[in-house]
Amino acid sequence: MRIVVGQGSCGVASGARRTSEELEKQIKANSLKVTVEKTGCVGNCYLEPIVDVYDGAALAARYVKVTPEKAAQIVDEHLKNGKVAQDLLISAEDEAFLSNQKRIVLRNAGIINPERIEAYIEAGGYEGLRKVLTSMTAGDVIEDIKVSGLRGRGGAGFPTWFKWNAAKNNRGSSKYMVCNADEGDPGAFMDRSVLEGDPHSLLEGMLIGGYAIGAGEGVIYVRAEYPLAITRLEIAISQARENGFLGKNILGSGFDFDIRIKAGAGAFVCGEETALIASLEGERGMPRLKPPFPAEKGYWQLPTNINNVETFANVPWIIANGGAAFAALGTEQSKGTKVFALAGKIKKGGLVEVPMGLPLKDVIFGIGGGIKKDRAFKAVQMGGPSGGCIPAALIDTPVDYENITKTGAIVGSGGMIVMDEDTCMVDMARYFLDFTRKESCGKCNYCRLGTKRMLEILERITQGDGRDGDIELLEELAVKIKDGSMCGLGQTAPNPVLTTIRYFRNEYEDHIYKKKCTAHYCRALITFTIEDACTGCTLCARKCPVGAIAGERKEKHVIDQDKCIKCGRCEEACNFGAVKRD
Amino acid sequence: MCENCGTAPINDADFKELASVISTYGSMKGSLITILQKAQDIYGYLSLDTINYISAKTEVAPAKIYGVATFYTQFRLEPIGEYLIMLCQGTACHVNGSALIEEAICEHLGISDGQTTEDNKFTLNNVACLGCCSLAPVMMVKGPDGDETFGNLTKESAVKALEAIRTR
Repeated sequence: MRIVVGQGSCGVASGARRTSEELEKQIKANSLKVTVEKTGCVGNCYLEPIVDVYDGAALAARYVKVTPEKAAQIVDEHLKNGKVAQDLLISAEDEAFLSNQKRIVLRNAGIINPERIEAYIEAGGYEGLRKVLTSMTAGDVIEDIKVSGLRGRGGAGFPTWFKWNAAKNNRGSSKYMVCNADEGDPGAFMDRSVLEGDPHSLLEGMLIGGYAIGAGEGVIYVRAEYPLAITRLEIAISQARENGFLGKNILGSGFDFDIRIKAGAGAFVCGEETALIASLEGERGMPRLKPPFPAEKGYWQLPTNINNVETFANVPWIIANGGAAFAALGTEQSKGTKVFALAGKIKKGGLVEVPMGLPLKDVIFGIGGGIKKDRAFKAVQMGGPSGGCIPAALIDTPVDYENITKTGAIVGSGGMIVMDEDTCMVDMARYFLDFTRKESCGKCNYCRLGTKRMLEILERITQGDGRDGDIELLEELAVKIKDGSMCGLGQTAPNPVLTTIRYFRNEYEDHIYKKKCTAHYCRALITFTIEDACTGCTLCARKCPVGAIAGERKEKHVIDQDKCIKCGRCEEACNFGAVKRD
Repeated sequence: MCENCGTAPINDADFKELASVISTYGSMKGSLITILQKAQDIYGYLSLDTINYISAKTEVAPAKIYGVATFYTQFRLEPIGEYLIMLCQGTACHVNGSALIEEAICEHLGISDGQTTEDNKFTLNNVACLGCCSLAPVMMVKGPDGDETFGNLTKESAVKALEAIRTR
């Protein structure tokens, strides 16, 4: 018997490490012959810590929310007495979270032990590489990727074969295959999951790509914020070297390729190819004009190809199963599957991999189980700071590059932040502008100053000082920033503002003209009042930090609006729901 | 900054650990960021002396090192407390009320983003995204015994977690 504990970052954050230690302790104390292993994130982050019990190769039980305290119960009931601990078992509904998905990128996530290369090989790993090195030319590989229709999963959705072909056709004394693992979009964590849960699939993808373009070296540029990912990558690279998958004369084919890791230092703009290259060279991560494209002059002025983690993780599957099998999934122009990171006000947050073209509704309500506390669904934000908010009315939009772009948002790296009626859309726009303003590298005036000016206007609006003409001014600035910026950061930074104005103009108008925030989020625009349900218990008056609440004991209290600083403490303190915000 | 650039006398004995880092990476093209990361790992932050020392050993101008160090959010030019609180302000955390958590932590510790408590115990840093979006709101506390992540925070649980750390 074998026990596997999910230990991706989200599992660890939920206490999986302590659960695992407790299981080992109990197993030892009971002298049981059971091994405890670790795996990456299976994707049901909302159920962590997750513990799988295997009998031979078969999964005997999947237990969820196994806190260290509950570990003993599994040891007692299941391991010692062979009885499944029913109350900890995953529900049929939660199982559907996984069974409704089609997993290619996440094929091994939460199943194999990411720190053992044998586990990856047993799961069919490195077969794609073997096939490439023994029976395919570089041209064959690129052709197969072309047939698959794979497009860059990092955000832009550029055809992968086209980039590879350009890098292949450019000459240089050496070439580089770079992996962009600087997952900077707030709200996206699929790359982290692959790095932590299945690092060899990335290495294999880079090896195949390196062979196709004729590169001798690969570099993984990974976020410093992902320490666990870096550790697991280091282990994977050294195991791949020991097993002859990296280094000289790989599998006796004469192909030489090695991979090293470079830790990023925290700059969103480094997701842009030329900025990433500058950072790899030890400089400030400032983008430069293209052309020349990296395929021509990249890292150290040599031909370089850059792809994102998820793109590479698709490659071994495509080679092993054939490009046509991948192209059979998805839509006419968006082939294959895409991983989405479902978060925000969603019941079942986590990683979801589905064929392209599935309606948004099926992802959010079908797999994600709908909105937390059954509140009303308002919008979903896709594409992070470069994307936009898609309103509830467009819930039937198929999730593919073309259709999402039509809404004004982008598929981007696949972050889906779900928002309910309590989310203020003007504040969301302000939030993203605050982000892009901080992350602008400062090279282009419009991006550096324009985002700052837009942020100031949005701050004014959310603080109740919005003026007539602000919306028009935001729109004017947005267009100019898009036109006047050199790289993707500036060109897309206004998108969150433009989409919220497009779909939620009334909220902007309410803020500006009526001084109201209908979501009751923007503090300056909320009025707290005490209603008849008040029993006169005096608790709120005692909690109020500015003494704005007056009233006799056992009589309804009143808030002095001139004194009130809108901190909301009275609302939190009230046991009778008598404090209302408007 | 400018008047001190490169002028402070350098005492090699103070930089023993860093010297071995530079002997490994110093001659490697493009490794300035790696050297700065290792230096920060050793000393907790990048002091002016550290920058001047790296400059002297690698022949990269201090102004350039300063430029790189201030470009990336990872680098700190001021010392930090024993525990670094990294409070996630990613989108999922924002939507789930990270601003309120920040308010509660700031009020409890009497500091704001980027500051350190008087007893040198805690430094608070707002960070972009920790990638644990399903557990939003989230904070990670980096201390002498490693990283600890706290998820599904409420105002109360955040303060309680910090108090538990303080009394360790």
